[in-house]
Amino acid sequence: MLARDDDILKAAEDWRAAGKGVALATVVETWGSAPRPVGSALVIDEEGRFLGSVSGGCVEGAVVSEALDVIASGTPRMLEFGVADETAWRVGLSCGGTIRVFVEKVE
Amino acid sequence: MKLDLLQALNTERAARRAAVLVTDIASGAQRLVRAAEAAADPLADLVAQHLRTGKSGMAETPAGRVFLTVHVPPPRLVVIGAVHISQALAPMAKLLGYDVTIVDPRTAFASPERFPDVPLIAEWPDVALPPLGVDRYTAFVALTHDPKIDDPALLHALARDCFYVGALGSRKTHARRVERLTAAGLDAATIARIHAPIGLSIGAVSPPEIAVSILAEITARLRLPAEARASVEPAPEKAAS
Repeated sequence: MLARDDDILKAAEDWRAAGKGVALATVVETWGSAPRPVGSALVIDEEGRFLGSVSGGCVEGAVVSEALDVIASGTPRMLEFGVADETAWRVGLSCGGTIRVFVEKVE
Repeated sequence: MKLDLLQALNTERAARRAAVLVTDIASGAQRLVRAAEAAADPLADLVAQHLRTGKSGMAETPAGRVFLTVHVPPPRLVVIGAVHISQALAPMAKLLGYDVTIVDPRTAFASPERFPDVPLIAEWPDVALPPLGVDRYTAFVALTHDPKIDDPALLHALARDCFYVGALGSRKTHARRVERLTAAGLDAATIARIHAPIGLSIGAVSPPEIAVSILAEITARLRLPAEARASVEPAPEKAAS
C-alpha cells in the first residue's frame, strides 16, 4: 500500500507511543526540478525503518542515517541535497534540483 | 516535534480540519495553528494565505525564518452510482490518495462483491449524503444516469463547496439535466459548475478509460490554477436558456 501523508504522521505518533526513537524529515525548500514538493515527509525509527519519501529515492538513505544521529542527539538538523553539492554529500539528486530537508526528533 | 503536538495535529487531520504547523527554523520551536484559530494568530495573514493555497513553505517573519507545514484534509471522492465505471474509478482514486465513498440505493449494484474494500452506502442520497460532511476538499461525481438518484445528489453537492462536481451523460442528457436543475431553482452559474460531459476528452471508451478521464479532470481541478486549466478543459458551454 502506498503511504500517504496521513499514514506517515500517524506512524510517527504510533512508533513514538510504542517507545521507539523517531525522527521526522520534511522537505522545507526546493529549487529547480525537485521530485517531491515542499511539505513531503519521511518518518524514521531508531532501527532505520522508514515510511514516506522526500525525493524519488535518491537521498532517502542519507536522510535516514542523518535521522539516526538526530534521534540520538535530539538536535534538529537542516540537510541540503543537490547535484552541485557532491563534495559535501555523497548522494545527489539526478533530476538536477536542490532540496533542503529539516530533520527533527519526535519527543 | 513534541509528541503531544503531533497527536494534536493527527487529531485535526482525522477530523478533516485544516491546520498549520509553524516551525522556527533556528530553534526548532513549533506550534500548531488550527484553521478555526488562525485569525487570532500573530501570523494570521501568513497562515491564512497558506491555508488558502494548501501549500507548505518557508517565510520570513519579524521573529525569524519559519517553515509552515500546511495540513489540509486529504481529498475525498464521493461517487453516486455503484456502476461499472465506479468499479474502476474506486481503486484508481484510492491509489491517487482519495478517501472514496460510493452511494447507490440499488442494492443489486451496491454489493460488497462488486466493491471490495470500498465504503459503500446502499441508501438514497438524501439519507446517505448528510452524514458524510461533503466539503471543499471533496470531489463529487454522479454516474447513475438516473435523474431520481443523480439530481438530488447534485443538488446536495452544489449547495456545498466541492472543488469538483461532475456528472455522466451526453450533451443531450446534460441539457435535460440543466432544465430540471433550473426548474429546481438553481441559477445558471451554479449549474455551470457541473463538469458534463464528465472527464477530459481523451477518447475514453472502456469503463477504466472513462475512470482515467474523470480522475485526470479532477486532478486538473485540484492542482492547476484556473488559467492553466483552460488548456486541458473544454470551454464551459452556455447553460440552456
